[in-house]
Amino acid sequence: MDDRRTPLARARGLGSAKDGVGHWWAQRLTAIALIPLVVWFAVSLVMLSGADYATVRAWIGSPLVMVLLILTIGIGLHHGQLGLQVVLEDYTDGAWRVVWIVLVKFIAAVFGLAAIVAILRIGFGG
Amino acid sequence: MSVVNRPSNRPLSPHLQIYRWQLTSVLSILHRATGIALSVGALYLATWVMYAAAGPRAYALFQDFNASILGRIVLGGWLFSAFYHLCNGIRHLFWDACYGFELKDAYRSGWIVVAVSLLATVLSWIVGLRLV
Ligand code: HEM
Repeated sequence: MDDRRTPLARARGLGSAKDGVGHWWAQRLTAIALIPLVVWFAVSLVMLSGADYATVRAWIGSPLVMVLLILTIGIGLHHGQLGLQVVLEDYTDGAWRVVWIVLVKFIAAVFGLAAIVAILRIGFGG
Repeated sequence: MSVVNRPSNRPLSPHLQIYRWQLTSVLSILHRATGIALSVGALYLATWVMYAAAGPRAYALFQDFNASILGRIVLGGWLFSAFYHLCNGIRHLFWDACYGFELKDAYRSGWIVVAVSLLATVLSWIVGLRLV
């Protein structure tokens, strides 16, 4: 795909909208990564329906599932946060726009980190 | 006459009362709606592992909610949103790579997205939510 930025903008990693190209690429790359992850998770969710506490813990705590779950939650929250930023840029303005976008990023970071800690605790027993 | 003062008899579009619904625009709005729903869903997913880590008593509360009518709607809604956004997201990625821009192709891929995501949703509801 062509890089349509000016040399200076490319050197700074910026597009016409300050960080447009970087944001755009991150949205697509996370989307591609999420294709297998979301399919895997949806199938797992269906298979796990009705499972009891012990089964769910054993599943979350197995090494491969731990890695895939962390990727699904982490990349999912990141992609969602990037997407919600675009939505907010369409509907909000001024100071409120900044407040909303920062709030969304903050919530995504907190939930992502808390989920990773929870998964590691289940896997390594704590 | 300046551009600003020229009398405007051009239609103002989109005019909501006479707006003609089209597959393409509906699917586009649905991509945004399911994206927002999935973002909330990702928080729900994070909450799920936190409850699982917090012990059997806490997890029982979470399971009770999932088994309730509201819980079924959340889980069923997540499955539909995931399948739809996934299929239509792939359609978006083809556009980004400059494929399928002709109107005819946009309609055809649109109907494929509708068919595949509805099929996957119904299957997952039957198996996962035990609806039959
Ligand atoms: C946890 C899962 C996911 C969440 C939370 C999520 C969330 C979102 C949100 C909020 C948007 C912004 C919508 C808009 O601008 O109107 C978006 C856009 C997008 N999503 Fe996702 N999504 C998820 C999974 C996926 C998957 C699996 C794909 C697969 C291809 C995907 C592809 C896309 C694409 C291509 C866009 C950009 C659409 C555009 O340019 O308008 N997403 N997503």
